[in-house]
Amino acid sequence: MIVLGVAGSLRQASYSRKLLRAAGRMLPPGVDFVEYDALKQIPPFDEDDEPEPGDAVEKWRDALAGADAIVFATPEYNASIPGALKNAIDWASRPFDDTVLRNKPVAVIGASTGMFGAVWSQAELRKVLGAAGARVIDRELLVAAAHEAFDEADELEDHDLRLELDGILVELLDNVRRRVAA
Amino acid sequence: MSVTDVEISTAGLPVGTWRLDPTHSSASFAVKHMGVATFRGRFEKFDATLTVEDESAELVGTVDTSSIVVKDQNLQAHLGAPDFFDTERYPELTFRSTSLRREGDELIVDGELTVKGNTRPVESRGEIAGPAVTLGDVTKLGITLEAIVDRTEFGLNWNAPLPKGGFAVANDVKLVVELELIHA
Repeated sequence: MIVLGVAGSLRQASYSRKLLRAAGRMLPPGVDFVEYDALKQIPPFDEDDEPEPGDAVEKWRDALAGADAIVFATPEYNASIPGALKNAIDWASRPFDDTVLRNKPVAVIGASTGMFGAVWSQAELRKVLGAAGARVIDRELLVAAAHEAFDEADELEDHDLRLELDGILVELLDNVRRRVAA
Repeated sequence: MSVTDVEISTAGLPVGTWRLDPTHSSASFAVKHMGVATFRGRFEKFDATLTVEDESAELVGTVDTSSIVVKDQNLQAHLGAPDFFDTERYPELTFRSTSLRREGDELIVDGELTVKGNTRPVESRGEIAGPAVTLGDVTKLGITLEAIVDRTEFGLNWNAPLPKGGFAVANDVKLVVELELIHA
């Protein structure tokens, strides 16, 4: 089983990337965690470019199509989703009736240095992914004060947050197994 | 209308097994949109059977949820996705009556509707016409039924808030079936 991880921030040392990797390490044996790290290469969505979207978009779509499930870890910019992440989902959502996201189990988690842990961007990302046809886990992980949330090994310090994250991942993988069994 | 020799049950219904003529039947829904207009859609593939015996009657129906048809291709894809009917996991919605009774031309059917794994009681009312002998000596029966259900009771919770209050799609949905049934 392959779980694709996508960090919404482009910054290499971002907290959302740190959170994403912490989630990847929590996945059980037998699950391969693959991090997608080329959001910056994806051009702005343009319907005129759809016939030949280019390598970056093809690789992004292939990465999504090849994954059994996806974890998105997002920061929050101006109470919403980073533009590069939204842009990538817009590319992935086309054509709507045959998108690589259709019925794909996805989970959304997030981190911010503020008090609310990217709560709004997570809600918006769940909405966007649902509109793109994905099977969105109806849970959130609010990592607030992200600059203080990780220990020296980059693990979440807060025990309850680790439990919540584990629960989200269990639900995500359960949805994959249910899909395979059907 | 031609008179038939079909027996009538104690509930006033024509005895026999009545199978769907899909070409001349429809299954559709209507929901208030933007608080002002009525949006309609339909399902292309569905089946229904009415079984009437002397002392009992049952109407059962199934709908292929992936056969939903609306005028916009993108909306149609969204309606099939997990946000709405989740056709991958729930390829059918089903109805099974718990009681049928006829009062003149009026038909009252209570039953249980199952959508997305959620089963809820539904009351429907409509009209019944026939039986009548039609082309080729085929005996037919016409049934129209309407019911109003709260879609959120069936796990269809998607909505979008409007800028000045209210929501894009109402929770109450009118279900309408128009069935032409053939005496088996």
